Amino acid sequence: MSATAIAANNLVKIFGSGPNAVTALDNVSLTISDNEFFTLLGPSGCGKTTLLRLIAGFEQPTEGDIEIFGSAVAGLPPYERPVNTVFQHYALFPHMNIAENVGFGLKMLGREQREIDEAVTTSLSLVKMEEFATRTPAQLSGGQQQRIALARALAPRPKVLLLDEPLSALDLKLRQAMRTELKTLQRDTGITFVFVTHDQEEALTMSDRIAVMSAGLIQQIGTARDIYERPDNRFVADFIGDSNFISATIDVIDSDVAHCVIGNGLTIPTQLVGDHRVGDTVTLAIRPEKIGLSGGGDWIIKESIYLGTDTSYRIASGTQEMTVREQNARTGTARFNVGDAVSLDVAAQTTTMLRD
Amino acid sequence: MNLPQNPATRRFLGLLPAWLVIGIFMVMPMMILLVFSFMESDPYGGVDPGFTIEAYRQILFDLNFDDELEFDPVYLIIIGRSILLALIAVFGCLIFGFPVAYYITRQERRVQNMLLYLVTIPFWTNLLVRTYAWILILSGDGVIEQPLKSLGIIENSLEMMYTNGAVATGLVYSYLPLMVLPIYASLEKLDFRLVEAAHDLYASRFQAFKQVIVPLAKPGIIAGCILVFVPSVGAFIAPDLLGGGKKLMLGSLIHLQFASSRNWPFGGAIAMLLLAFVMIALLWQLRSARKRMEESG
Repeated sequence: MSATAIAANNLVKIFGSGPNAVTALDNVSLTISDNEFFTLLGPSGCGKTTLLRLIAGFEQPTEGDIEIFGSAVAGLPPYERPVNTVFQHYALFPHMNIAENVGFGLKMLGREQREIDEAVTTSLSLVKMEEFATRTPAQLSGGQQQRIALARALAPRPKVLLLDEPLSALDLKLRQAMRTELKTLQRDTGITFVFVTHDQEEALTMSDRIAVMSAGLIQQIGTARDIYERPDNRFVADFIGDSNFISATIDVIDSDVAHCVIGNGLTIPTQLVGDHRVGDTVTLAIRPEKIGLSGGGDWIIKESIYLGTDTSYRIASGTQEMTVREQNARTGTARFNVGDAVSLDVAAQTTTMLRD
Repeated sequence: MNLPQNPATRRFLGLLPAWLVIGIFMVMPMMILLVFSFMESDPYGGVDPGFTIEAYRQILFDLNFDDELEFDPVYLIIIGRSILLALIAVFGCLIFGFPVAYYITRQERRVQNMLLYLVTIPFWTNLLVRTYAWILILSGDGVIEQPLKSLGIIENSLEMMYTNGAVATGLVYSYLPLMVLPIYASLEKLDFRLVEAAHDLYASRFQAFKQVIVPLAKPGIIAGCILVFVPSVGAFIAPDLLGGGKKLMLGSLIHLQFASSRNWPFGGAIAMLLLAFVMIALLWQLRSARKRMEESG
């Protein structure tokens, strides 16, 4: 484990006071390692941007404290923190040209012009925008402005780069291209990235670790695989990808596998989580693509939706319903039709017993 | 009714009312003044026919007993004082107006509207009355000196009235809203995330102010400076009341020529001079606005 870049301890942020008070962060603690691509993922209003703004110093926490590379930054204004931000709407200075924008941070730090010029050239080449140095922000497209915002934040070589939904204003293709670039940039520069997004795909493709946030709380922290394959709770399982949520009763426990009976009397195996006993009612989360289908059985296909690469089936048995997704591998047609009887193949490792 | 088909004709007809208003109420009076300034003065007021540049000569030169031109700086001093006091007024309004405008933009929308309303309220009262109020404040037995005297802090009068300082104070007071409103309009459009971005890039409060806020508020600052400078340089109420007629400014001088001195051509000539100053100020603004346009592509 490398050094800790950022440690947040019991952060509480309350906006306003009295009956209008809004709790944006409710006792949040986390540590981000040096050289890590860390993502704060969650729906709007979950507190992820507030957390970023607390780290940047634009807001001060109501309670709790933040350490950046071991030193407490409580009360320090943004210009005394070794972090730089890439803003959602770029926030390029309209009255300065691109080189002046990129060199602004170093100029404010009182560096020599020669050093500033060198850093500007390096930063612009990092984002492949060297030839735009003398343009003004108004002359650039959204994607180009985005790159300049990135170059500007990287130019002073901060220890931590904060990115506030930097890709949300770009169109889809550009967004996808930028994901790879950002990841490469992070790896090449070795700077710790703290990336805020509401886009799960962005989070999954770029991050070393993800903190899923909701309602001012961290719901789960883990790698992309942890979070997708082993969601801790219903919120995480629902927010990232799709899940079938099935209420079940534990019937038999066989070492770490619990066999759970669902609504229609069928049994689904799952890995045991926590200290549940036989007879306990639990919620299982099963990803639609982790369920295998074969012909003949207790389930009936109720609906079949063609999705290009996949077909999504809604299947039912008694009152129990589920969604199953199957790749249209080679044939290009769905394997089953509405009304067909099917049986399920579910492995214990692919179902998750939720903690809540 | 058949509308003319030619777009040029239609545009002309559409703008005709505007041209008429500007022509009758602005261009014509100025032309009359211009013509008058080149005529001979009638001792009983008004003008006598005939072309002469006598009025313009009078600004700089006097005729001595031998009918020779003699340089006389008395009007030059008035011009100089007018420009100086107007610049002081501009500076004073900027110093007081900018923080006010900045403060207003940082408030909630509803509060902003109320504060703007409050800023404009003095405009609804007569300028003469408001300037008289300053006499009560500054004069020897006014609200500043009286308490200081009774407390024994000062013995002699501070002699605040009838000074350049008094006139400048009056001008700043009179035209402060003309500085606040355009600066507010500029700052209101300013994206404060840019200020955050500056702080994030290690700019202190002062640096962010200097590097980001002021440059982006420049259009409002320039407009405010012009709006304060133009009426200040031609002001006559403040110099008359607070300067006591001892600190004559261009506006008072013009007023004198048409009212008591009955020298209309000379009044007209000075008015033309004033117009020239204003035009220079406006051209400067136009040039900087054009430069800004080019910069922002």
